[in-house]
Amino acid sequence: MKMKFATAVAAAMSLAAPAMADLVIPNLSYRTGPFAAGGIPYADGFNDYFTLLNERDGGIGGEKVQVPECETAYNTEKGVECYEATKGLGALVYNPLSTGITYQLIPKVSQDGITLYTPGYGRTSAANGAIFEWVFNYPANYWDGASVAVKYLLEQNGGDLKGKKIALLYHNSAYGKEPIRTLESLAAKHGYELTQIPIDTPGQEQKSQWLQVRREKPDYVIFWGWGVMNQVAIQEAVNIKFPMENFIGVWWSGSENDVLPAGDGANGYKSLAMHGTGMDYPVYADMQKYVVDAGKASGAGDQVGSVLYSRGMYAAMVISEAVRKAQELAGTSAVNAAQVRDGFEALEITEERMAEIGLPNFGQPFAASCTDHGGPGAAMIQQWDAAAKEWNLVTGFIAPDDEVLDPLVAEDSAAFAAENKITPRCN
Amino acid sequence: MFYREAGDFKTSYRQDSQTFPIRFDRWRFYAVLALAFGVIPFVINDYWANSVFVPFLIYAIAAIGLNILTGYAGQVSLGTGGFMAVGAYACYKLMTSFPEVSILIHVLLAGGVTAAVGVLFGLPSLRIKGFYLAVATLAAQFFLVWLFNKVPWFYNFSASGQITAPDRTVLGYFVTGAQTSATAKYLVCLVFLVLVALIARNLTRGTVGRKWMAIRDMDIAAEIIGVNPLTTKLTAFAVSSFFIGIAGALFFAVYLGAAEVGEAFGIQKSFLILFMVIIGGLGSIFGSFAGAAFLVLLPVLLKNLLVGTLGWPTDLAAHIELMIVGGLIVVFLIAEPHGLAQLWRLAKEKLRLWPFPH
Repeated sequence: MKMKFATAVAAAMSLAAPAMADLVIPNLSYRTGPFAAGGIPYADGFNDYFTLLNERDGGIGGEKVQVPECETAYNTEKGVECYEATKGLGALVYNPLSTGITYQLIPKVSQDGITLYTPGYGRTSAANGAIFEWVFNYPANYWDGASVAVKYLLEQNGGDLKGKKIALLYHNSAYGKEPIRTLESLAAKHGYELTQIPIDTPGQEQKSQWLQVRREKPDYVIFWGWGVMNQVAIQEAVNIKFPMENFIGVWWSGSENDVLPAGDGANGYKSLAMHGTGMDYPVYADMQKYVVDAGKASGAGDQVGSVLYSRGMYAAMVISEAVRKAQELAGTSAVNAAQVRDGFEALEITEERMAEIGLPNFGQPFAASCTDHGGPGAAMIQQWDAAAKEWNLVTGFIAPDDEVLDPLVAEDSAAFAAENKITPRCN
Repeated sequence: MFYREAGDFKTSYRQDSQTFPIRFDRWRFYAVLALAFGVIPFVINDYWANSVFVPFLIYAIAAIGLNILTGYAGQVSLGTGGFMAVGAYACYKLMTSFPEVSILIHVLLAGGVTAAVGVLFGLPSLRIKGFYLAVATLAAQFFLVWLFNKVPWFYNFSASGQITAPDRTVLGYFVTGAQTSATAKYLVCLVFLVLVALIARNLTRGTVGRKWMAIRDMDIAAEIIGVNPLTTKLTAFAVSSFFIGIAGALFFAVYLGAAEVGEAFGIQKSFLILFMVIIGGLGSIFGSFAGAAFLVLLPVLLKNLLVGTLGWPTDLAAHIELMIVGGLIVVFLIAEPHGLAQLWRLAKEKLRLWPFPH
């Protein structure tokens, strides 16, 4: 233990003295506080992928990647401090893993000219690249997720949700409130009845909310939780004997940490998934060889292959591909923040490319454009098998209902443009 | 040698009752002001402004506000976060409803709205005291946060429930929004802090402040000698909430730029500011500054030291930081229960005698 700490300190110290020409991609992570259960595996996956690139390929296009980590504790004030502290290092892209911090940073990055990449979280209407020049949230966002969940329920009910009751149980913050508008529009379209049940942060106490669930007896509960709140909600659902197969979490509420504490009771709990998970990908052979066995794994190194580790790795993979694209477009390997943004906008992730990286069929292929910063938005449904302690995919990729979502995105981004006097680009 | 009353002749009552009766103190005060207005604005950058100075200035305003209520008038309040939220949301509603009016006026009006709300929640203080009042203000904290979450009118029906400060300028310089320079942010907060501190200092030296302190020290005795508890307690609530409202408005509009009520103005904010007041020193304006500095600067300093210089893992540093700050609070309260302000007072006493203590 002591040795491990000493090596960690030594490793961090050697990181602290970088060469100036490195590509700097800060990791605003949270390994403390009520959201650490989600923050730790994500940060580990994010760090490890860049360590892999550095160790195996010598970085991206010959440039080493430097990933300074800064602890935000999922707190917006600390997030802003971290942003200001790392901005001066020549940061190319930010991925704060917090919708609250994302809202803080959107105006700042637009002013400072740094890309903000928020895969699967953040401000949904940032999918409209014509308004949000510096923000990218492909491959999927909250409204996509809400729509996919409803579409899945439609499928389960033979295409008809009339008269069904769906409860949205959400983190009472910008994050949890995001899907409300979509679910309301979809309720109007499909005729289900929507009940909103907020849970105040951090959500360790949910008795009254679950009492409400018991009283109103919704057919389905859609769940928008994060951190410690996930474990509590799943345990409470088990306690009131809510049928777990009717309980669907967003992709942030579907990791091993969330379901394991509830034991066998959690069997059958479902959640969205925007990428694959588990260790059955060729990339893990290299990860084992260059990162884990070399003792360079981030954190305690015990998260490899978990759902959120995979997501952190996925985000790092997309960022590294965008940087690669930027290097190709700019004709130089030492790209700056503006060139990286162009890389993000021209990015195309194909099935072949993912196979080359060692992640075949891991995520959905997508291509960004000037107007499209949001990607296709498809997601799968995974289900927890408590006996085997693993997530199983029960569907393929389900595409969201763009007919409903596109006008919503246009409306919300137009409101942002009007507030901030932004003229749409891409004409 | 330098720090003494002797030789500093006062020839008028005005001179005799000035805030800093000792010449050295006076010059030191002018030097700090000159440094704050004349030097720092020219050297400040985004990092120093957003991580150190702006939060320090804003928390100092809030701490002065709470110190008036708790330190001077003796009414314990745990509703500071809620009152800051009132200031923030009032400022947001005013900014978006009357975009042509100056942001500075909006900040003051937001303070006024908060004062009204503070008086409303101060009414129970006429009947209940001490811990029971703390619980009543705690109710204010939870009620206000719930209200701003529940009623969409307060956040202009935005999808996420976030409030975002639109761009506003003063004299052609941006003071809110992303284009704001570090200097502008710093100066706006500094001007408000200096004004608030001067007002607070002079209020607490005058009739109003003496009434507050009389109520604090023994309310029945104060009432017998003719201090009206109704007006005294309510003015304390009003003035305190006014300052806290200004702090909330600046916190949202100038510092964060966007806020979410449960996260930015939750119960932990109330405790943070209460700790600032207790550590700094109850019933002292200087103590408010010292407490704010201690609790804003120390974590940043420790973080830079542990992660930046020593290169520790971030989670270890964050945990150690909590332990160090918590430990220091305990040590301070045992070693000096009257806070940092008392240390400062002792230092001044010693300075008076230096270099011949006997």
